[in-house]
This record gives sequence, structure tokens and C-alpha cells, in this order.
Amino acid sequence: MRIGVPREIFAGEKRVATTPDVAAQLIKLGFEVAVESNAGAAANYSDAAYESAGCTVAATAGDIWGNSDIILKVRGPDDEEAARLKSGQTLISFLWPAQNPELLQQLTDRGVTAMAMDSVPRISRAQKVDALSSMANIAGYRAVIEAAQHFGRFFTGQITAAGKVPPAKVLVIGAGVAGLAAIGAAQSMGAIVRSFDTRPEVKEQIESMGAEFLMLDFADEDGSGEGGYAKVMSDEFIKAEMELFAEQAKDVDIIITTALIPGRPAPRLITAEMVESMKDGSVIVDLAAEQGGNCELTEPGKVAVHKGVTLIGYTDLPSRLAAQSSQLYATNLRHLLTDLTPEKDGQIVVDMEDEVFRGATVCKDGETTWPPPAPKLSAAPKKAKPAPAPVVEKKKPSVMGPIIGMVIAGLALLGLGAVAPASFMAHFTVFVLACFVGYMVIWNVTAALHTPLMSVTNAISSIIIIGALIQVSSDNELIMWIAVVTVGIASINIFGGFAVTRRMLEMFRK
Amino acid sequence: MITNTGIIAMSYILATILFILALGGLSNQETARRGNWYGIIGMTIALIATVMGVVTQHYEYILVALVVGGTIGLIAARRVQMTQMPELVAILHSLVGAAAVAVGFANFMDPERLAHYAGVELTIHDIETYLGVLIGAVTFSGSVIAFGKLSGRIGGKPLTLPGRHWFNLLLLLAAIWFAYEFVVQSAAGGGMQPLIIMTVIALVFGIHMVMAIGGADMPVVVSMLNSYSGWAASATGFMLGNDLLIVTGALVGSSGAILSYIMCRAMNRKFLSVIAGGFGTSEGTVVAGGEDQGEVVPISAEETAELLNDSKEVMIIPGYGMAVAQAQHIVNEITGTLRNKKINVRFGIHPVAGRMPGHMNVLLAEAKVPYDIVFEMDEINDDFPKVDVSIVIGANDIVNPSALTDPEGPIGGMPVLECWEGKTTIVLKRSMATGYAGVQNPLFFLDNTRMLFGDARETLEAVFKAL
Repeated sequence: MRIGVPREIFAGEKRVATTPDVAAQLIKLGFEVAVESNAGAAANYSDAAYESAGCTVAATAGDIWGNSDIILKVRGPDDEEAARLKSGQTLISFLWPAQNPELLQQLTDRGVTAMAMDSVPRISRAQKVDALSSMANIAGYRAVIEAAQHFGRFFTGQITAAGKVPPAKVLVIGAGVAGLAAIGAAQSMGAIVRSFDTRPEVKEQIESMGAEFLMLDFADEDGSGEGGYAKVMSDEFIKAEMELFAEQAKDVDIIITTALIPGRPAPRLITAEMVESMKDGSVIVDLAAEQGGNCELTEPGKVAVHKGVTLIGYTDLPSRLAAQSSQLYATNLRHLLTDLTPEKDGQIVVDMEDEVFRGATVCKDGETTWPPPAPKLSAAPKKAKPAPAPVVEKKKPSVMGPIIGMVIAGLALLGLGAVAPASFMAHFTVFVLACFVGYMVIWNVTAALHTPLMSVTNAISSIIIIGALIQVSSDNELIMWIAVVTVGIASINIFGGFAVTRRMLEMFRK
Repeated sequence: MITNTGIIAMSYILATILFILALGGLSNQETARRGNWYGIIGMTIALIATVMGVVTQHYEYILVALVVGGTIGLIAARRVQMTQMPELVAILHSLVGAAAVAVGFANFMDPERLAHYAGVELTIHDIETYLGVLIGAVTFSGSVIAFGKLSGRIGGKPLTLPGRHWFNLLLLLAAIWFAYEFVVQSAAGGGMQPLIIMTVIALVFGIHMVMAIGGADMPVVVSMLNSYSGWAASATGFMLGNDLLIVTGALVGSSGAILSYIMCRAMNRKFLSVIAGGFGTSEGTVVAGGEDQGEVVPISAEETAELLNDSKEVMIIPGYGMAVAQAQHIVNEITGTLRNKKINVRFGIHPVAGRMPGHMNVLLAEAKVPYDIVFEMDEINDDFPKVDVSIVIGANDIVNPSALTDPEGPIGGMPVLECWEGKTTIVLKRSMATGYAGVQNPLFFLDNTRMLFGDARETLEAVFKAL
């Protein structure tokens, strides 16, 4: 099958759906890959690089759309592009079917199979296909870079000959993939980072990135919804949350908001008053700008300044790191195509029984298949059980215990010695000494030889044969026969034990 | 016929020294074979000295018994597979127990007994006889049950009767009471009846004790029975006034006791609680099912081979599953191939992996895995962060992170191989069943764990082919 990669025509979109490296791997899967001329130019991938990876470079978009079986794109097609699609083609890109019902209808009508990278279910197996996470990661990183660009000071604190520089304080709201990436980036630039999230289970993740988790004292309410995303919270919770943000806004220099609830407009978290209460020169980066913004004053796609506070509302942060995002996105696509091509023969098979393909496919054979049935398994446990703090009770080792035991044992032995005849005492001495010799010798035995040790001790414990031999000369018939049988039993042990030990030890070699 | 008792005594001392050297030889692999020979020579000397010095008639019977018994023993030793070693050792223990019981009875039936001993000496002698038979009988029946459990003839699940501790206590008290009866009646010329009743009690006790112990505790049981067989020999030695028996029995007894202690420590369990039994039963604390644990990520044999080829440090963690699947040979072939590719392959052995102490080492040795790349848990546990791929073959509880995270769980506090610290762990398993402790293993649901389902040998053969 022929894969076609058109140039992205959306204004300002610099990403491309495949890179030369990834294209080479797709060719290995048995596909032909055609790339529109200059498709990767904005992400610094030249036509020559694609050609040397084995791709065909098509001069016109018409060639790509007209002659490809599979179209890989980043952004969903616009009307004009959608009109070029024909029945039997497969389109893989971001589609956002919930926000673009007309597009979904159009794709269904044209009879194409469309797979939305944004609809891949969030299960462990599909992590390698999860382009939303890849892009969110880049967006989070880029958000910090944008903030640094507009922030007039260092992130890190310094003490220089020219005076002391305090470190910047960064608040990251929403610790999803983007939030965590932002925390990591800000942290590594030296800022003091705090973070808030409605889902208590991300506390550990936040702390593992080196940020401080701002806790709300709401024990009962857990903000985790399906698939590891957040859900809508109660009014009291939101009130407490807003108080926390108002208080933080006066203190921090930079706020990065990443709060999104799937399928809903972004929650309003930062009000105009909070913005006004911030110090002059502060920066707010609103990653939710495209969905309406977490901040009341955000202007989507633009940088605005309100009373000394810069509000960054870019909606194309991944595109602003085009080479990186193209590479990650292309790899996500490659993983999906690898799974779709089980025979590695360049023929894709969309198995609707498979949860990942089912979730991603929004329309197929003229039918709309979105939304998919709810995923069976979630990536994280739905409700983390409240783990009771382990109470470790350490008993104080009593000093007196062993001493009392020894005294009692000693007295018992003395009592035994008082009544026992001399011959017994002689044997007893031998016995006690032998126990100690055994103790000393056995501790030196290497753990690897414990099995041979057991079989050899078993063999020598059949020394009990001596007892039978002593009895065998008895004139009493019964005793004699018991003794003979015992000799037989014990000799099984002697020969068997030594022979099997020898066999085992033969095997130990360097 | 040697009539000089000095020569016999000297032969016994020689035999004793050779036995000690035999155990000492096992301190490392180089001297171990020599140690076994010391043991054989010691045994031969002891036998010859006894036959020449003590036996006065019935030589022909002795010869026949030795030849028949020896032949059976040699055949068993040759035929047994290394995976069946725990069963063989268990059944051999039962023979020592049976011999101790037989010697005790024969000794008691000897009418000269009353002529030799009187007063306190007779009492002590009777108690020695009684103890020898008691320990022998417990060893015998316990070992037979252990054999049944290890060979799968009896289910591995612990049998927990209601009020089993009271039952044990009752048996103990009865044994003490019959000891008193026995001593009193013996002085009057009788005593056979209480001795027989006690033997039955001891047999029941042995059966009940081992039945109550779960499969995961088998290493402790086998070494404990090893210890008992020694004590039985030692008690018999007291009865017969024979120092060689006493010393040898004490050596074996303390050896088994130390092994039991080492095993218990490796599982962070008290010896008494193992013996009291019931481990491996589901008693509320067990996390059932895998639904709320998350999802496991399966992997194919080819991908496993790829992962192995791309790694520098590989750790192999074998468990009982490797023994069941007889996968040790293919493991060795994979090891050889990887080592030829300059990949550092090591083995991490948990002290209680398998069903008896050192079980895994023997299996790996059988497959000719060089023993200098086989390490104990304590030696390699800190190295896991550097390991690229850990392969867990049929092990479960010994790689269970909940042993560290859940101190209240059934295996809480048990030291485990921390393979999850490495980059990737591949777990070979037949299914998602829990281990012997009945605890779900969170390791399987970690992000860096991949599951390779199937019979260990077949899947490893597929991996080997892909390499």
C-alpha cells in the first residue's frame, strides 16, 4: 500500500506526519511512502533527506491525495482536503470528532476509514501510540520556554557580586503529562516549582519531579475520572481550590495552567482579580487556551498583556518545537501502523475487535463508529485504597529472656549430671561437642551446595546401620530379622545418598 | 574378627573425623567432591570395623542385606532426575527414621537389657530408647508425607484442621505420659504396649505436622526432617552407648537445624510459625484477582530475543517453574549464546527458590551453567539498577514487591530479589495464577514488566531460536 504524507496547510503548522527515519522503517514494513514536496521543510526535514530514506517526493498535493491508500496527517483535513478523499482510503491524523461533528460526517459520507490519534484509548498497551501524551509532553516543555522568554528574570536563584537574585516561583496547575513536563523543565532551570491537581494519586509523581504538591484538605473527593483523566469536582471543592489559587497568585511569578477535562470547555481557574493581584512582570501560560482557557483573560493564539502580567495563549506549542514533535508523532504513527500490519507485508488490517483500533477508528465503510464503547480497563486503579500507615511495633529484645533460658537449661543439665552415671556423662560430652563442631562446619557451607549437603548428611546419618549390625548377631530370631531388614534399609540410604551426592557434585563446574 | 576394642574405637574416631571433613569439604565447589569421598571412606571404615569387631554370626544375612539395599540405592541415585531431588532426599530421610524405630524396638526386645542396666541407668537407657523411637517415627511419617507432597501425590495445600495446635499439644502430652508409663513398666519387665502406642502417636504427629505445612515452606520442612533424622541417629547412639552414632547424629542434626534456620530467615518467618503450619492459606489478607491491579503487557518470544540482544547486563531469576518445565538446559544454551555476544549474563538465586535448599543451584549445575556466574540474592540484589533485562522463570513470591511494601501481607518482610529496579523485567509464566503464598504479585502490572506466557521450556526454545 502507498502511504501519502501531504504538507500541512493549516496556517502556522510546522509539523509533518513522518520523518525520514520513520519513513525508512515504514518502508521496511512493506509500504511505499510518498511525501509532498516541502512537507518537512518547516520542521527542518529536507526533501533530499526523505529521498535518501527511500521515499518518493511528490510535487503536488494532488498526487498525494489522489494516489495514496493511506494518508498520514497531523491536523485533521480542512474542507478542501476532505473533499479530495475517496472511498477506500484510510486517513490517520488528529480529528477531534467531538469538536468537529461536520468533519466526521463528511468523512463518513466519503466512505473513508478515519482513525483519530486523539481517540486512542488510554490503556497501557496503547501507550506507544498515544500521540496526545507525546504532544502534551512537548507542550509542557515549550510552555516553560515561552514563559522564560517573556519573564524578565532568571529562573534560578543566584548570589552574584552584583547582588542576590531570588529564584522564580512557578505554579503548575494540572499535573498530567504536560504539567509534569512543565514541572521538569522549570525545575531543571532552577525555579521553585509548586503544583496542584485534583487527583490525589498524582502527588507522588509531582514530588518525584521535584515539585511541591499543594494539597487541599478534601479527603473524600478524588478527581480521577475514566482513563486517568480528571473529572468535574464539587462546588465546595472548587471554592477551596479557587481560594488556594488566589493566595498562590500573590506569591508566584509564573503560572502554567494545563487543566482539561475531556469533552468539556476548560475550567476557569484564574480570574481577572487573581491576574491583577500578581506582581508586575509575571507570566501566565495557558495550555488550555484552545478549549477556552483556564484563565479568564487568555486570548487564544496570542500573547496579551494585562496590567503588567503577560498572558500567553498559544495554541500551537507543539508546532513551535516542530522537529521534536514531528519525530515523536511520526513514531506514534509508525507504532500504530506496525500493529495494523501484522504480516509486515504493507497491507493494513483494521481489526475492530482490537480495543486500540476500535477506539481510534471514528468512521469506517460509510458508518460513523464514534464514540467507541467504554474502555474495559483503566490505566490506573480507579480508586486507590486508603493505605493505612503501617504501624511497626518493634519488640524490644529482652536481655533477660535468653539469660533466664540459659539458667534454666543449665540447672536442668546440672540436675541431670547429679543423677546420671559416668558413662552417660561421657557420651553427653561427646554429643555436645559434636553439636558445636557441626554448627561451626555447616555455617561455612556455600548456599549453592545446600542440596548436596543435605544428601551427604542424609547418607552419613545412615551410620545408624551400626546399631543394626550390633543387633544382627543376636540369637533371638526376631531381633536378628529386624536387624537384617534395618541393615538393608540403611544401606539403601548409604549407597543411594553417596551416589546421588557424587552425581550432583560432578555437575558443579566452572 | 578383631577382638581389640582399642582398634575399633580408633576406627570410629577416624570415621568421625572423616565425616567432619566431608561436611567441611562442602564449603566450596572445588573441595566438595573430595568431601564426598571422605564421607564414603569414613562410612566404609565404620562398617568394616563394626562387622569385624562386633558381629559374631549371621554374616551371610548382612551381606545379602547390604547387596540388596545397596543395589536399590544405587539404581535410585542413578535414575532420579535432578528436578526430583527433593523427593529423593525426603524418602531417604524416611529410611533413616524407619531404621531408628527398628533399632529401638530390637534393642528393647533384647532380654539382656535388664541384666545390663538397673536403677537410674535403666531409666536413662529407657528414655534414650523411647526418644530414639519417637524421633525416628516422626521422621519416618513426616518424610513420607513430605515425599508425597513434593512428588505431587498429595496436594500441596496445607491441611489446617480446626484446633490443630490443641491436637498437637494433646499428642505431645500423651507422648510424655506414655514415656512415664513406659519407664515404670519397663523396670517391671514389660513396657512393649506403651512403646507401641507412643510409636503410633509419633507417626500421627509426623503426618499431621507435614500435612499442615504449605508448599512454599517445603525447603524448611525438608531440612527440618534432615535434622530430625540426625537427632534420631544420635538418640540411638545414646541408647547403644556408641559415640560414633552420637557424633554423626549430632553433626547431621545441627546441619539440618542450621539449614532450617537459614531458610526461615530467607523467608523472614519464625521457625515455630512454619512448623505450626497453615502458611499459604487465604485468610482475608490476600489480594484476590487481578482486575483492580491494572493491565499486564504481554511480549512475544521474538521481542524477548530482541530485547536480550540489545542489552548488556542480563539477570536470570529461576524459580520452581523452571524445575517443573525442565527448562534448565535451554536456559544454559541461551546463556551461552548471550555470553558469546559479550552480554554479561548472571543468575540470581533466592535462598528459598524451589522446593529444597540449593535446589536451583543443582538444576543449573546439571545444565552445566558455570557456577561462577550463579549468585546468591545478597550478592546481586544491589546490582539490579544496572541490569537491562531480568528474566524471571517460573518464580513468583521471591520477586514480589509487596513483600517490601506491604508489611502486613502474608509474605511481608521477606527479602526478595528486587528485579523491578532494573530497566525491564520479563516474567515467564504459564498463567496469571498466584504463587504458593497465594498473594497477587504487583510486579506483573508494573510498566517495565513484560509477560511471556506459556510453558517455560517451549517459550525459551522459541527465544533461543530467535536469538
